[in-house]
Amino acid sequence: MSDTALQGAVYRGYVHVSEAKPRPMVSLKGDLSDESLRDAVRLTMNSDFPEALSVIGGDKGQVAWMAPDELLLFPESAAEALSSIQHKLGDAHVLALDVSDMRTEIVLKGAGAREVLAKASPVDFGALPPGTIRRTRIAQVPAAIWLADAETAHVICFRSVARYVFDVMAMGARKGGEIGVF
Amino acid sequence: MLTLKCPYCGVQADETELSPGGEAHLTRHGPGSDDDAFESYLFMRRNPRGPHFERWRHAMGCGKWFHAARDTATMQVFGTYSAQTTESPQTILDAIRAVNPDFQYGAAE
Repeated sequence: MSDTALQGAVYRGYVHVSEAKPRPMVSLKGDLSDESLRDAVRLTMNSDFPEALSVIGGDKGQVAWMAPDELLLFPESAAEALSSIQHKLGDAHVLALDVSDMRTEIVLKGAGAREVLAKASPVDFGALPPGTIRRTRIAQVPAAIWLADAETAHVICFRSVARYVFDVMAMGARKGGEIGVF
Repeated sequence: MLTLKCPYCGVQADETELSPGGEAHLTRHGPGSDDDAFESYLFMRRNPRGPHFERWRHAMGCGKWFHAARDTATMQVFGTYSAQTTESPQTILDAIRAVNPDFQYGAAE
């Protein structure tokens, strides 16, 4: 785990906060309405194409919708995904980039996971169903958040602010800080 | 707290997720314009008490610039719309006139 920002840090509060194992991430920017791009994503990830604001799981990893012209892919291998996309799209006007080292993923587990996030971000978590990704801020830095289920939340932030985000989450998860709002 | 709907990703974005971009629908006066027009383009901005058109960027979200119309006095939001336009869509103007029947687009305050 030495190649992650926080060496797999763990905090056990009323919510379990931990840095996830590193996983490949590929950023794909282009015209998401373009059928050849959609096919390239489907074939590369062996998954459906995500609707706006959704994160979906395929056989070969996950696909997250990040912006009207941007996806984030979580393939098993960044290099394979990149070559697959480049092979299928040829010289089409897209940007595909291995951003595995750019970001850190933090996972919150526990009944209060949404509550800990709500302490630090302006999102209405009552209206955020599992499988919906939301780019927002955590305290003072940008982050992407989604719920895998009602008790598991994933946070992706830039590696440079990983310690800050982790500490904000850990502070929010301290025992005695329960609110019970969700 | 201001909440604007980003027209690109459809998220109800809190003010703290956005960065302000000042007055919307300016006419650029660049090279070749006279000094007065250039100065006015750079520095002179409306500051109306009432309906106002602004640019915002969904900075901590999808990153896109968009336009918003709101009332600076009541903080009512009349709507948000795409940045790929030089003037407000009719639906926004209708929403403004529903509250301010005398509103004239582009009139000097």
